[in-house]
Amino acid sequence: MTESKQNVFQWFVEVFCKQWVWQKFCVNLVYKKFDKWKGWLYLSPALVLLAIFTIWPIFNTIRMSLLEGYTTMKAVNGQSFAFGIGNFTRVLKYPGFITCLKNTVLLCVLTVPISTFLALLIAVCLNSIKFLNRFLQTVFFLPYVTNSIAIGMVFAAMFNMIIGGSVRPDSVGIVNNVLEALGFNYVNWVNAGSEYWANIVVMTVYIVWNALPFKILILLGGLQSVNKQYYEAAKVDGTSRARTFWRITVPLLSPMLAYVIITGFIGGFKEYSSIVGIFGESMGPVGDAYALDTMVGFIYRAIGNQEGTASAAAIILFFIIFAVTMVNLYVSKKKTHY
Amino acid sequence: MKVELQNLTKIFPSRNKKENSEVIAVNNFTFEIPDGKLVGLLGPSGCGKSTTLYMISGLQKPTSGKIFFGDEDVTELTPENRGIGLVFQNYALYPHMTVKQNILFPLQNLKGEDKMDKETMLKRAYEAAKLVQIDELMDRKPSELSGGQQQRVAIARALVKMPRVLLLDEPLSNLDARLRLQTREEIRRIQRETGITTVFVTHDQEEAMSISDVIVVMKLGVVQQVGKPQEVYDNPTNLFVAKFLGTPPINVFDGEVKGGKLYLGESAVLDVPGVDDRAVYVGIRPEGFVPAEDGVLEANLSNVEVMGRDVSIVSTHSASLNPVVRSIVDADYKIDRASETVKLNLKPHKVFLFDKETEERIYFEVN
Repeated sequence: MTESKQNVFQWFVEVFCKQWVWQKFCVNLVYKKFDKWKGWLYLSPALVLLAIFTIWPIFNTIRMSLLEGYTTMKAVNGQSFAFGIGNFTRVLKYPGFITCLKNTVLLCVLTVPISTFLALLIAVCLNSIKFLNRFLQTVFFLPYVTNSIAIGMVFAAMFNMIIGGSVRPDSVGIVNNVLEALGFNYVNWVNAGSEYWANIVVMTVYIVWNALPFKILILLGGLQSVNKQYYEAAKVDGTSRARTFWRITVPLLSPMLAYVIITGFIGGFKEYSSIVGIFGESMGPVGDAYALDTMVGFIYRAIGNQEGTASAAAIILFFIIFAVTMVNLYVSKKKTHY
Repeated sequence: MKVELQNLTKIFPSRNKKENSEVIAVNNFTFEIPDGKLVGLLGPSGCGKSTTLYMISGLQKPTSGKIFFGDEDVTELTPENRGIGLVFQNYALYPHMTVKQNILFPLQNLKGEDKMDKETMLKRAYEAAKLVQIDELMDRKPSELSGGQQQRVAIARALVKMPRVLLLDEPLSNLDARLRLQTREEIRRIQRETGITTVFVTHDQEEAMSISDVIVVMKLGVVQQVGKPQEVYDNPTNLFVAKFLGTPPINVFDGEVKGGKLYLGESAVLDVPGVDDRAVYVGIRPEGFVPAEDGVLEANLSNVEVMGRDVSIVSTHSASLNPVVRSIVDADYKIDRASETVKLNLKPHKVFLFDKETEERIYFEVN
């Protein structure tokens, strides 16, 4: 080896190899330590926001619900509160609370099964047609991106019936027009003096319509991932359409169905804006305010003057939703095939 | 039940109207599957073998042509009215049902006079399960079974209705090598025991040859040759069939016939009486070579692979169209590995001549 070559070789060893070893050492040092907390680093933006807007409010709600007669005004003025369950007893003794609970549960029980079944039916139909498939998927998804208050006002107009003149009403919503065309009498759906069942029908129609798009989307996605060969196998075996639906489609969709039902119940127990959308903040037809009050409605009204009561009601609602979800999960575990 | 296919043709229309890209998947397929036989539809991917199977099943409608089961025209019948059992390539077992429920499912679909009471159904299901030896797995879900067991469940589900014809789509392709050997024997046994006319599709020539009574070799929707596996192997009608059957594959050479003799390169290797002077493709099966001192074909030896019972001589030859010439000879022949060349004689009945244009077989008299 000539001298110059040797020099180059030495230089190579010194510069590259040593640097390489050194680098590896440093990188290992930094990375190994970094490894431990880099997961937390990447999570931190979400965690910080969650902590401020979700976790702290939850704990604060629990705290507020357990301080007797807590209001923000009094707290700001430096007043201290005794520890106790007075807020809870006040919620339970409040005469409107039973109405709230009844309305909430009734709407849940009515809307979740209806909307789930309809969504399943529509998803299956959408999945089986080829013509206009994409277009119709978009159409069915539109309600999801529309403001629920706006939809509520449209529904309120559709179900409207204002009787002014003696012979004919001045304003009749499209629903009553259809009823008239079919030979039925007008029904007072949402106006002053309307009956409770009519209000519930309107609310059910509206909530179901509002809940459909999301459910259709989820179920359609599930349907499209089902292997077509199951249907071919069923066809070869001479399975009737109904049996194919109930024995093959529904079980294969059961994970999606479980998800849709559970989130449906959770959403149903938080029903509020849909009622405001149709009846306004009085949450009932004119002259019968709060006839359609719900748990969340109750909580909202208590905010501003009785935060302690509102917190207690929120905690109660939380436990109701928790219990219902537990039941849902328990049932779906038995019926779901993952 | 014999199955008859008459001029069966399936054309898939082109995707868009501007391009004329329609695909003729199956072209004028006429064939009679004898009663109680196991028939293998064999061919490379896209040759229309699966399409043929699906047309027999009724899941796909032929563009033209007719299908008969026995004397009954079933062309217009739906799958469930044809009385077929179909085993899918990936089995298509219902994942949410147990093995028992899967096997019972076709029986529970029966309506009208065919309807059975629960006990009969269970009895039939257990009979089918016993036949494929899965009667101890009846309460498991498909996900808890191995590939081979799933395959058996699929066969049991297809057999439980006592179909007139059993159809298997690539039945062994999802199994590992060992299981494949075992399962193909199993399919053979089940077919023998039940005596059901069975059609199966495969791209694996070894699989088809080993268990079929009759094989049908297809290429691009056209039937190339039909016959007993050994007959097709010994007597291919064209170069495609000769190349497709056999492992290791046939050796193909550029050859020439001059004055009743076949020349490979410079050397005359075989008397081919009755063939006019012309250029030909020459196919020689690996087992068609005999090493000999006075061998007529001299090839450059590149390797000798010992396989125990046999020896595989790998060599090169200027006229060969394959990269190497592979010959399989008895291990008793001692091959000098150090030697540069190897001299080989040919067995005349293992040598096939094919026309250069049409690739059809040119027959000559074997003494």
